[in-house]
Amino acid sequence: MKKYTFSEKKDTRSGFGAGLLEAGRKNENIVALCADLTGSLKMDAFAKEFPERFIQTGIAEANMMGIAAGLTIGGKIPFTGTFANFSTGRVYDQIRQSIAYSDKNVKICASHAGLTLGEDGATHQILEDIGLMKMLPGMTVINPCDFNQTKAATLAIAEYHGPVYLRFGRPAVPNFTPSDQKFEIGKAVMLNEGTDVTIIATGHLVWKAIEAGEQLEAMGISAEIINIHTIKPIDEKAILDSLKKTGCVVTAEEHNRIGGLGDAVAQVLAVNLPSPQEYVAVNDSFGESGTPEQLMKKYGLEAANIVEAVQKVMARKRVLA
Amino acid sequence: MTEISTLNDFALQVRRDIVRMVHGVQSGHPGGSLGCTEFATVLYNDILQHNPKTWDMNGKDQDLFFLSNGHISPLWYSVLARSGYFPISELGTFRKINTRLQGHPTTHEGLPGVRIASGSLGQGLSAAIGAALSKKLNNDDRLVFVLMGDGELQEGQVWEAAMFAAAKKVDNLIATIDVNGQQIDGSTNDILNLGDLKAKWEAFGWQVLSMKGNDLEDVRATMLKAKTQTGLGKPIIILMETIMGHGVDFMMAGHKWHGIAPNNEQLADALKQNTSTLADY
Repeated sequence: MKKYTFSEKKDTRSGFGAGLLEAGRKNENIVALCADLTGSLKMDAFAKEFPERFIQTGIAEANMMGIAAGLTIGGKIPFTGTFANFSTGRVYDQIRQSIAYSDKNVKICASHAGLTLGEDGATHQILEDIGLMKMLPGMTVINPCDFNQTKAATLAIAEYHGPVYLRFGRPAVPNFTPSDQKFEIGKAVMLNEGTDVTIIATGHLVWKAIEAGEQLEAMGISAEIINIHTIKPIDEKAILDSLKKTGCVVTAEEHNRIGGLGDAVAQVLAVNLPSPQEYVAVNDSFGESGTPEQLMKKYGLEAANIVEAVQKVMARKRVLA
Repeated sequence: MTEISTLNDFALQVRRDIVRMVHGVQSGHPGGSLGCTEFATVLYNDILQHNPKTWDMNGKDQDLFFLSNGHISPLWYSVLARSGYFPISELGTFRKINTRLQGHPTTHEGLPGVRIASGSLGQGLSAAIGAALSKKLNNDDRLVFVLMGDGELQEGQVWEAAMFAAAKKVDNLIATIDVNGQQIDGSTNDILNLGDLKAKWEAFGWQVLSMKGNDLEDVRATMLKAKTQTGLGKPIIILMETIMGHGVDFMMAGHKWHGIAPNNEQLADALKQNTSTLADY
């Protein structure tokens, strides 16, 4: 098992803030909009350095999405910032008609996704956003795993023309991705080569997958670990190449098991290479208040849950064999 | 400025296009389209600074128009075609398979003149504000226009946008509301009374004008006046009183003709009331 280390834990939203500032310095067409969550989204530095290119919309997300769509006319590249819940479900029709169907170059940047928002509870913990966004034709959906990767993703989407949903979160998580690693939209990152099982993870679950891989190695199981940061378009080749080798897969995500990464992987496999699969995801429920750690444990999103799912999926593979 | 008689001829032909397009596919929205015919005629002939031949999405140094009440697409398509944005013959494809003239306007098929999809109501004002901000950032001193329906004001997003535009002094924007007092289920008074629109928009911080929307001269005079009031720190809105179905007598009573198509006899009657001036498509 390849060894991964990190010098500090950092929040992915700060990676977004750092990336936005750097992108803004590189390209004067980049503008940022925020619906009264500038501090939470770490957009303060951009707002301070480029006040004329920062648009505070107040608590009016539908209007923010429409203004962002309009700003693209004239060549601006708008980045909207609010919580994931208010970036998707609350404004789905605005995104659908004014951005996705209209093919507008808007970057919808969403923080506090998933359970790890913590104590605010289920009203703010959206677990359906990946599904909502990946169903929109033409929408790119990205869920990076740590500070460095979120920063790199932010810079990459600034260079890409088309609507993007960028999902990140609040808690400090191990920052292990090399700071110079190039972010390629739609390209999976191979974290560890293995032969017995493939673990495909996204976002905060990527580090949990690495932890699970270490535990599995101690049990004599060789796990291939893949970080799928781009859920749409998904890297079919990386999935199929791996599954041809391992024959079974566990998917791991901080999202409802319906409509997320797991379903995206299952769709690729069903059509090309039917394989046993287990999901590590929230089991079709809302979240609740608690610390991020308590919630990840209660809803089954820990390394131990991945290990358990691996044992289950490998047993199914043996039955098939 | 164009002769009023020439504008009238243009409007008559647009009316023919509208009823023929809707009849041809037996679906679409003739009522609001006919009611706004004078407005669109004046806008595209005498108000907008625009060049159909060099149209592109960004619209640099051009005035921009957004149609928020996208269901009156027959009107917009007719006026765009007759202003030179695309071949007039294409009007015959309205709402038919593989057309660029979708039931509601879209950029998806690359139709010149359209810069954003509309149809799901309440979204056009926000998009227009974004485009107006983009012009300010680009030091482009041209204007942005948007048309909304009155029933559409029941959508909450309109009021988010209204609050924003005034607070942020988006003063390169001229919005117009088609106040025909009708919506699908009945009159706006019966469905959800809009109250005092002038007082509402003034309270939101907008410069409010009003005009008689079926009077070519009044529309032109008011639109020209509105242009002189841009750049003064306030967004501008024009409350435009119209009659739904204007120009076709049997479509002019109430909300019935919001979204239904005429039959053969009704088409003949409507065309008799609007003689061909610029040749049918």
